[in-house]
Amino acid sequence: MKQPLALRVVLHALAILVAVIILAPILWLLLVSVSTTTHLTTLPFEWIPEKLNFDNYAKLTTLEPNSRGEMFLYAMRNTALVAFGATAIALCAAVPAAWSFSRSKGGQSNLLYVVVATYMLPPVALIVPLFAFLNGLGLLNTKTGLMLVDCSIVLPFTTWLLKSNFDNISHEIEEAAFVDGASMLTVLRSVTLPMAKPALATVVLFSILLVWDEFFYAFILTNDDRSQTLTVAIANLASGRVSDYGLLATAGILTALPPLIIGILLQRALVSGLAQGGVKG
Amino acid sequence: MRSSLSYHSRQRLTAWLMIAPLAVGVLIIVGWPFLDTIWMSFTSAQLTQYTGDWVGLDNYIRAFRSPQVRGALATTIFFVALTVSLELVLGVLVALLLDQPLYGRRFFRALLILPWALPTVVNAMSWRLIYNPDFGGLNAVLTQIGLLDSYQSWLGSPATAIYAIAVADIWKTVPLVAMITLAALQGVPREQLEAAHIDGASPWSRFKTVTMPAIVGPLMVAAVLRTIEGVKVFDIVWVMTRGGPANSTKTMSIQVYQEAFSNFRAGSGASQGLLIVLVSLILINVYVALLRRQGAQ
Repeated sequence: MKQPLALRVVLHALAILVAVIILAPILWLLLVSVSTTTHLTTLPFEWIPEKLNFDNYAKLTTLEPNSRGEMFLYAMRNTALVAFGATAIALCAAVPAAWSFSRSKGGQSNLLYVVVATYMLPPVALIVPLFAFLNGLGLLNTKTGLMLVDCSIVLPFTTWLLKSNFDNISHEIEEAAFVDGASMLTVLRSVTLPMAKPALATVVLFSILLVWDEFFYAFILTNDDRSQTLTVAIANLASGRVSDYGLLATAGILTALPPLIIGILLQRALVSGLAQGGVKG
Repeated sequence: MRSSLSYHSRQRLTAWLMIAPLAVGVLIIVGWPFLDTIWMSFTSAQLTQYTGDWVGLDNYIRAFRSPQVRGALATTIFFVALTVSLELVLGVLVALLLDQPLYGRRFFRALLILPWALPTVVNAMSWRLIYNPDFGGLNAVLTQIGLLDSYQSWLGSPATAIYAIAVADIWKTVPLVAMITLAALQGVPREQLEAAHIDGASPWSRFKTVTMPAIVGPLMVAAVLRTIEGVKVFDIVWVMTRGGPANSTKTMSIQVYQEAFSNFRAGSGASQGLLIVLVSLILINVYVALLRRQGAQ
């Protein structure tokens, strides 16, 4: 189907429009992060700042005691630890379960749907008992407590994604190992998982993105430097009556950087992973 | 002991044992809290005094009578209807556009990952800066091209705040829907499109009869997931407006949060939290019914 020239021009113009709309908010955030308040509030607004101001980046990357930088860097460390921890815990439970769901025809599969359906439950409907539970264990305002609770967000997705990926891995080699008398755990460890490496990598990154993004549980269950995450730090900065918008934007850029890099590097794997089983919001 | 079990039943036992950590974990961090919430919804539990008295359906009756809860329900459903429908339509349109032979098509497609990967809280915060009444980019653009006389407070006005939040949500999600649709478009039989073209079928009828059947499944999954997320939405609204101004953007999750954590009424909050689950269930059933009808045709 050869397209007429006019149509081709229109289609390209539309694609450029889409690209501009996608990039504009991110570029705006970048622009605010390198602007001074004076530049921002001078009207009419100049779109190209005369001088780039990287003070905010310096302010947020210092460990000086009681500075905003210290708070921010601690929050980033907490976020990373919670993201890795929750992912590790969740995978320990999800990998064997997903494989079992994929390989056996018994009544287990109903359980898979129950796990996936828990995604429907809003965190606000679970938070009061979870708060009491962590309080009882002395895990309020700890990274460990938040890790455990964040597993509830990670598990439905990872189990589902892993199960659909295991479904696509040939059973034949596994069968051969079974005939040789290998136990299920051995087969999973030495036959299936090596074949599922790319899928596992996708699931790990996906899970890290989910926890990196998490706000509500961290907002309720943490309250200081020891365990507060980036999303909470940003929400606190954003909701205060601070006029330091440059600092806020910088915090946003730095927080978004790791997920954006993961997204760009793993675009293809993520997209096929999404297409296969789940969708993150 | 081990030898008394046959190979087969040992396999079956292992299959269940492998599920056990997941089952126990989900039971502890989701199942039990959920059952506890159901129980609490029938009691007068306070946040500060966890064990309340049994009050039967009182919390539910008060929730249905409360103008606050009704308002939050209406806002939530409006938000979901607005965002999910626009996200699906625009997402499919963007996917169809980027499925055309374009120069730099790979670049355009690669951009789609950015809004999806951007953390929701950062997205909400960056739109707050775009809508800012003193220096916001939206005000700057609109006044400089002459569409607006003076800077507006988009998030500060009850008439525009919910739409302003919806735009931020749509910006983040349309690319996701487009990516899902683009992946599904790989399954569209190109020869059939060619054949329909030669037969003189209009673009719309080609889309309806050839393209749509290939993408309707993944789109339905996206619709269900986005609806669930929309019904329980908290973070984007909280960061942008905290439910204000004048409660115009207060969704159910924010209402429940305030009831439990600002008013300390945990029991009442629990009953309202379960209303969110109910709304999700109803909407999912509507989708399933629609899908069945589509399949029957």
